[in-house]
Amino acid sequence: MRFTALTNLDSTETYNLPDQRGHFGPYGGVFVAETLMLPIGELTEAYYRYMKDKDFLAELDYDLQHYVGRPSPIYHAERLSREMGGAQIFLKREDLNHTGAHKVNNTVGQALLAKRMGKTRIIAETGAGQHGVATATVAARLGLECVVYMGSVDVARQAPNVLRMKLLGASVVPVESGSKTLKDALNEAMRDWVTNVDNTFYIIGTVAGPHPYPAMVRDFQAVIGRESKEQMIEMTGRNPDVLVACVGGGSNAIGLFYPFIDDHDVAMHGVEAAGDGIETGRHSAPLSAGRPGVLHGNRTYLMEDEDGEIIETHSISAGLDYPGVGPEHAWLKDSGRAQYVSITDDEAMKGFHALTRMEGIIPALESAHAIAYAMKLAPTLAKDKTILVNLSGRGDKDINTIAAREGISL
Amino acid sequence: MSRITPTLESLKQSGRKALIPFITAGDPNPAFTVPAMHAMVKAGVNIIELGVPFSDPMADGPVIQRASERALAHKMSLRKVLELVREFRQQDNVTPVVLMGYLNPVESMGYQNFVDKAKEVGVDGILTVDMPPEESSELLPMLDQAGIDPIFLLAPNSTDERIAKMGQLGRGYLYYVSLKGVTGASHLNLDDVERKIKDIRRLASLPIEIGFGVKNAETAAAVSKLGDGVVVGSALVGKIEAAGEDTDQALRQITDLLRSMRASLDA
Repeated sequence: MRFTALTNLDSTETYNLPDQRGHFGPYGGVFVAETLMLPIGELTEAYYRYMKDKDFLAELDYDLQHYVGRPSPIYHAERLSREMGGAQIFLKREDLNHTGAHKVNNTVGQALLAKRMGKTRIIAETGAGQHGVATATVAARLGLECVVYMGSVDVARQAPNVLRMKLLGASVVPVESGSKTLKDALNEAMRDWVTNVDNTFYIIGTVAGPHPYPAMVRDFQAVIGRESKEQMIEMTGRNPDVLVACVGGGSNAIGLFYPFIDDHDVAMHGVEAAGDGIETGRHSAPLSAGRPGVLHGNRTYLMEDEDGEIIETHSISAGLDYPGVGPEHAWLKDSGRAQYVSITDDEAMKGFHALTRMEGIIPALESAHAIAYAMKLAPTLAKDKTILVNLSGRGDKDINTIAAREGISL
Repeated sequence: MSRITPTLESLKQSGRKALIPFITAGDPNPAFTVPAMHAMVKAGVNIIELGVPFSDPMADGPVIQRASERALAHKMSLRKVLELVREFRQQDNVTPVVLMGYLNPVESMGYQNFVDKAKEVGVDGILTVDMPPEESSELLPMLDQAGIDPIFLLAPNSTDERIAKMGQLGRGYLYYVSLKGVTGASHLNLDDVERKIKDIRRLASLPIEIGFGVKNAETAAAVSKLGDGVVVGSALVGKIEAAGEDTDQALRQITDLLRSMRASLDA
C-alpha cells in the first residue's frame, strides 16, 4: 500500500472538535498556572500554523516513512480468529514502528515543531518508558538536550527502557513524589517547564494535558487510523466493523478512532485497565469507574476520592497506570460514539500469551488488554464481521514484569 | 464586600505594606493550623493565605509539595479546611482569609456548594492556581454573588492583554508571581520585578501583592517597596517542616520570622 500522507485531511468530516480554546463539550480546556499561559499560547499558534504548512507536513511525512517505517502493516490474525470462532481479528502493527510502539508518531511530529520554534531543550514524562524512549530517540537525532521524568516505581519495573533512554543520551530523572508513577512524572515535567519556559519544549506523550496537546497529539497519531482505513478497504473491501484499542491516556486509541468518527457504521471500543478488578478499587479505569474533574491542565474523567484528591491507580501495565484520560475520550464516551470497557491484569496476561503462542507476536502489556478484549468480543460476532485491534506496541520491554509475575528467573 | 479591600485600603492610607503569610492547612497536623493563624495575626500579618492541600500540586516546589503530603496524611480536605476557617472566625472576625489551591477539590465539591460553604464560614478570597480567567466564567458570578474575591496570579511573562483582563475580573488584589518557576524558587531579580510592576500598575488598578522568592526580612522589605505588600510561603512552610513534631518550635520560628518582616516593612 502507498504511504498515506498526513496532508490527506481533505475529507468531508463533520466532526470538528475541539473548539478554539480546546474544549470537547465540557471536557478539555486550558487549566494551568499563569506562567504557562504564554508558552501554551505560542505552542497553540505554532501548532495551528504548521499543521497547515506544506513544508512542515512534507518533512513530517518523510520522517514517518523513512525513519519510523510507515505505513505499518495490517495483519489478519487468522489462527487467533479461528480459535475464537467468531469475527475476523486484524491487527494494526504499530509494534513494528521504530522504537517499538505508536509513541514515535507523535514525538517525531512534536520534535519537528520544537525545532521550528527554536527550542533547544526537550522534556517529557513517561510511564512504561515507550514515550520516553521515543522522545530520547528524536532528541538524539536532532541533537537536542533531553530530560525524561519517570516515576521511581516505573523506573524499577521498566529497567530496559530506562537503559535505552540513557544510551540515547537522555537524562532520566526518577520522580519520588506522590504515587511515584506516570501522573507524578507529569507533575514534575510541568514544574520543569514552568521554570525553563524560554528554551524548553515539553513533548507530552498522550492526548491529555492542556490544549493544544490533546488535539495536537491526536493529529500526529491519526496517521494510524488514516492508514487503517485504506488498508482495510484494500484487504476486505470495506471498513472494519469494530475498532479496539487500549486506553491509558488514550493516544493510540484516538489515533485509530479519529479518522473513523464520522463513519457511523464503525463501532469503537476503548479498553481500560481493570487491574485487580473494577470492584476492588485497584484499577486504572477512570472512564469505567471515575467521574469528571480537572487534572494536568484539562477537564476529564478522573479517579479521585470524595474530596477530589487523585487516588492511586493500579495496572500490570505501566503505560495504562494513569488516573486520567484524554478529554476527547471523555466526550466520545458521553456522546455514546465510543464504548469503554475494561480488562483485568489476569485477562491481559491471557491475551498476551494467546497472541504470542498463536500468532508469534509478543504484544506490549498495554496492547494485550486490547487483544484480550477482542478475544472476548470475537465469539459474540458472526464470522464475516471484522475487528481491527491496534497493536500499539511490542512486549520486549515487559519481559521482566512477566517473568516476575510468573515466577520465572531470567 | 469581603474583608480584603477595606484591609488593604486602610494599610494604604497609613502608608504601610501588607504582610501576607501562606501556610498549608493541616500541616504538620490539623491542630496546628488555627492557633498558628491567630499567632500570625499577633505577629502583625494583614491577610492569611491558607493552602488547601492537593494530591498533585503541579505549580509547587518541593517544600510545599511535602506540606501537602503531610496534610493529606492527616486526611485534610477542602471541607476540613473550611471547618478550620469557621473555627478561626470564632475569635477573629477581622483578618481576611484567602484559600489557595487547585481547582479539582472545588470541582469535586461542586462550585455552588463550595461557594455557599465558603461564604458561611467566612472565607474572603479564593485563588485557584490552575483556573485561568478563560476557564472561570461559571465560578466567577457565584463568587461575586457571595462577595468572595477571586484572586488571580500574574507572572513575569503575562501579556498586557492578560494583565488587563485579570485587572477587570480579579477582586481584592492581584498576586504577582515574581519569577518563572514553582513556589520556593530562589532567583529573584528586583529590577525585573520593578519593570513588570510598572506595566501592571498601568493596566490594572487592583493592589499588587508580590510573592515567590520572599525569604527573609531584607527581601520582604525590598520587594514590598515595589508593590503593595508581600506574600511569604515556602520560608514559613520550610520552618514548619524543619521543626517536625515540635510544633511549639514551629510556631515560635514562623512568628519570629513574620515579626522581623513586619518590622522591616514598617521601618
